[in-house]
Formats: sequence, structure tokens, C-alpha cells
Amino acid sequence: MSDPILELADVNVYYGAIHALKGVSLTVRQGEVVTLIGANGAGKTTTLATVCGLMRPRSGTVHYGGEDIGRVATHQLVARGLVMAPEGRGIFPALTVEENLRLGAYARRDKAGIEKDLQHGFEIFPRLAERRRQRGGTLSGGEQQMLAIARALMSQPKLLLLDEPSLGLAPLIVQTIFETIDNVNKEGVTILLVEQNARIALKHSHRAYVIESGEISIEGESAALLDDPRVKAAYLGEG
Amino acid sequence: MVPVASVDFTSQLLQYFANGVAKGSTYALMAVGYTLVYGVLQLINFAHAEVYMLGSHFAYYQAKWGGYLPDEPGAKPESVPILLVGTFIAVAMLACAAVGMLIERVAYRPLRNAGRLAPLITAIGVSLFLQYGGQVVFGTEPKLFPTFVETEVFEIGSVKIPNTNLLIVVTTFVLMLGLTLFVSKTRPGAAMRACSHDMRTAKLMGINVNATISLTFAIGSALAAVAGVLVAMDQPAITPLMGVRIGLKAFVAAVVGGIGSIPGAALGGLVLGVSESVVGGLWDTNYAEAVAFVFLIVVLLLKPSGLLGKATREKV
Ligand SMILES: Nc1ncnc2c1ncn2[C@@H]1O[C@H](COP(=O)(O)OP(=O)(O)OP(=O)(O)O)[C@@H](O)[C@H]1O
Ligand SMILES: [Mg+2]
Repeated sequence: MSDPILELADVNVYYGAIHALKGVSLTVRQGEVVTLIGANGAGKTTTLATVCGLMRPRSGTVHYGGEDIGRVATHQLVARGLVMAPEGRGIFPALTVEENLRLGAYARRDKAGIEKDLQHGFEIFPRLAERRRQRGGTLSGGEQQMLAIARALMSQPKLLLLDEPSLGLAPLIVQTIFETIDNVNKEGVTILLVEQNARIALKHSHRAYVIESGEISIEGESAALLDDPRVKAAYLGEG
Repeated sequence: MVPVASVDFTSQLLQYFANGVAKGSTYALMAVGYTLVYGVLQLINFAHAEVYMLGSHFAYYQAKWGGYLPDEPGAKPESVPILLVGTFIAVAMLACAAVGMLIERVAYRPLRNAGRLAPLITAIGVSLFLQYGGQVVFGTEPKLFPTFVETEVFEIGSVKIPNTNLLIVVTTFVLMLGLTLFVSKTRPGAAMRACSHDMRTAKLMGINVNATISLTFAIGSALAAVAGVLVAMDQPAITPLMGVRIGLKAFVAAVVGGIGSIPGAALGGLVLGVSESVVGGLWDTNYAEAVAFVFLIVVLLLKPSGLLGKATREKV
């Protein structure tokens, strides 16, 4: 088994008096796609926000690449390859597609590498290439999601956090997005994927955690969870 | 500003217009400071006016300690060599940039997540603190600003343009152009734009948001220092309260132009300066001051986001 790239141990996070994460522990290993599924308000976004330093745990630790990152600023984590494509995509609506993509490379200095990755992004998502001078706000929901992923890739992630990439997208686009996620993973990027669409998330991941009201309730191989009666009943609409 | 002797209406109008362009340039230079900070933090930095005041005082004290003030009242002051003028202005800019960053660090950053009202009240507090602190440190008596350039008046047709006004307009134009290029073409400029759109996402792009905010305050404050020196060269009596009026008008200029927009600040400043000068000259100086606020009300009624401001888009 490969080394863990991310480890949360007994993490507690609060919004004022609201106890949003109650002792969350989870591990993501190098090269894996791990998914975190759960209902609305379960604490998925909070978990990702805590990993990338937008929220701080009141107790518990977050280790990235073996190092405690509990005090490391978000922008420093990005420079170290811990990158998030946020829920709602976080596109800069007034900036063009290309400007959005270039901001993804903000922490980088290798001009040639940036140009190469820009072209690579356009190869992955040809629709973005056609719209490179169009403002981000004018893209469709699916195109914005493509832009969010392409932009995150511009940061050269080692660990990519994706918050509900399928949200609000038609099934065909969702399929495209998840095929891209598979490919990105094959290129060597480790992925922590948050989803409400449990079925597709479990199909496109190696391992999975289920979070309920801020607590991890089930964990295991994704294939096994697809057959787990509890998961079937609560998240797959079966049984 | 130059009084108008001519009786011919057109040349009067042109003269007031020319005076107004110079006045408006100083408003514009100040207005960008409000607009930059507002763009990034949605905060009205009331203390900006006091940074302007400090700018002229920093230049004044350098000249004083350099021995360029008249020894006794009424004596003709020695004029300062041009290279030294440049140095004084540069030092005043750096000092004001430091003050601006310090204000942000001490007064605003601790309240970054405290909603919008608390920082606003704090801004007023910092502004008052500097006004009254300034009176304690510098004294309340107006100080005669040293002669940085000997006054010369150019005549274009019937219009008289003092070299100080020309200097104001040219300097403002160059600085605004430089600022625009900086914001649109450089890496830190891109960081400023990203922060003004969405600070949380900016962080996720690897942008150091705190450093970017400090930079924003530094730039605005350095420009305020230039404005402080330029105005003091034109109207050489400086006091700790000198920022109050221009600060208010520059703020109005920023809102009229569309707060958050750099070209808007320039346009707002010019519109305000020219109309104030023309109304004051042709009609009554008492009404001139009111013009700013009439403009504010009319523009906001017709276009709430200001002349060049973008209507805020709901985030999806
Ligand atoms: N800024 C906030 N202030 C207060 N409470 C918050 C805040 N953000 C989230 N919460 C609360 O924390 C809990 C977890 O929220 P979180 O956004 O992590 O859920 P989620 O699993 O991502 O849900 P969704 O699927 O709807 O995105 C919820 O109860 C939510 O109400
Ligand atoms: Mg969420």
C-alpha cells in the first residue's frame, strides 16, 4: 500500500456554536481517488475547507505529506500541490476563461510549463479552447465546472480536492467530468472527491467515507460500499 | 487657483475649466485610494484623507530639517533643488505607504470577519485619531509649505495655467496610467483583481491575500502622499485637518465614478473638480461645494453603481 498523502485525525471544527465536524478521521493514500459522500449539511464542504486551510480545527490534526498543516496558510498549501476546486466552482465571472486559467497558475513561475499546461487543459476540454476569450460568468454550468477543474490542474496539484463536481449538471456532462477525473488520476494526481451523487462517486473511486452530521459513519472499498445495504438504502435510493 | 480677470464669457469658462481639471486631478488621485481599498475589502477607508495630510507634512518636515523654510515670517523662502524635491516626495510616499499598511494591519485586519459595520466605525475612529493626533504633534497653526517649484504662469490664448497646475495634471495622468498598467499587466495586479472579485477563491489560486491587501493600502497611500504634496505646492498652507474636505470630495468622486473602478475614480474626480470650479467661478463659491453632493445624488439616482461602475452580479 502506498504512503498516505493526507491524514485527518480526530478533527473537530466549529462555526461559532455549531459543531460541524465531530472527530473526523480519514486517510487518503498517494495515487488514490477517495470519495466522501453524505447528505446536505453533513459536513463535506467543511472537511475540504479544513484540509485546505480555509477553516481551522479546534482540535485534532491534519497532516499533508507527513507534515502538520494546521497552521499553514491556504496559498502556501496551493504552492505545495494541495489544490481545491470549490463547491459552486468559484469562477471569476468578470475574467475571461484564459484569465481564470492563468490565475490557477498564480503560484508558479515556470512560464514554459504554464503555457504547456494551458494547452493541455484546452486539449482535455476543447470547449474551453473555443471560449478562451469569453467571460467566465457567461459559461454554462457544465463549462464552468470544466473551467474549475482545468484551473485547478493549472496549479499542478499533487492532491486535488473536488467539491461536488456533478452539482447541477446534465447526466452526459457528469459522465464527461468523471471520465476526466479518472484520467487526471491516471496522470498521477491523488483525488479527494466530495459528492452527493453517491453512485457515480463510488464507481469512480477506490475507497469511500460516508459522513453523517459531522461524523464518519461508514468507510471501505468503494466497490464494497456499492453493495452495502446501509449505503444502498440511504444514498443509492435502493432497498 | 488662478482668478479670472477677463470679462469674455467663453474665456472665463475655459479658465474655470482649466482650473477645474487641476483640482479634479487631485480628487482623482485621492479617489483611487478609496476605490482600490473598497474594491478589495468593501471598506471605506476614512483614514485615507489623513494619510494625504501626513503626506504633505512628511514633505514639509523634510524640507524644514533640510533648512528650506524661511527663518522668519515674511522672508522669502529658499526654493528647493529639483532633485531634492523628488527625494522628499519619494520619502513621503514610502512613509505614507508604511502608515497605510500599518493602519490596515492594526485597525482593519483584526475585524476582517466582523461584518461591514465594525470596520467602518473603526475607519472613522482612525481618521479622527489621526486628525487630533496630528493637531497634538504638528500643532493647530497652519504651516507655510516650502517652495518646491517657483511659480510660473503659462498663457494659452486667454487661459492662464500656472506650472503647479500643469504639474498636478501631468503627474496624475502618469500615475493613473501606471496604476492601470500595473493592475492589468502584472502578477501582483492580477492578485489585486482576483481579491477584489472573490477573496476566498483568490486564496485557492495560491494568492497571499494578506500581502495583496497590504499592497493595495500601500499603493493608495503612496498616491495620497503625492496628492498631499501637489496640493500643498499649489495652496501652501497645510494643517492637520487639511484632509477632511478633499477626502470627502474624493470619496464622492469615487462613488460617482463607480466605486471599485480605477477609470471611474479618474472620471469622477475630473467631473467633480471641473463642475465645482465652473459653478464656483460663474455663480457662487458657496454653491461650488454643494455641487459635489448634488452630483452624488443625481448620479446615484440614475445609475446606482456610478458612472463606470459595474452592477454587482449575484454569485451563482
Ligand atoms: N459559514 C457557516 N456558518 C455557520 N454554519 C455553517 C457554515 N457553513 C456550514 N455551516 C454548517 O455546518 C454544517 C456542515 O456544512 P457543510 O457545508 O460542510 O455541509 P455539506 O456536507 O457540504 O453540505 P452540502 O451537500 O449541502 O454542500 C451544516 O450544518 C451547515 O449548516
Ligand atoms: Mg458542501
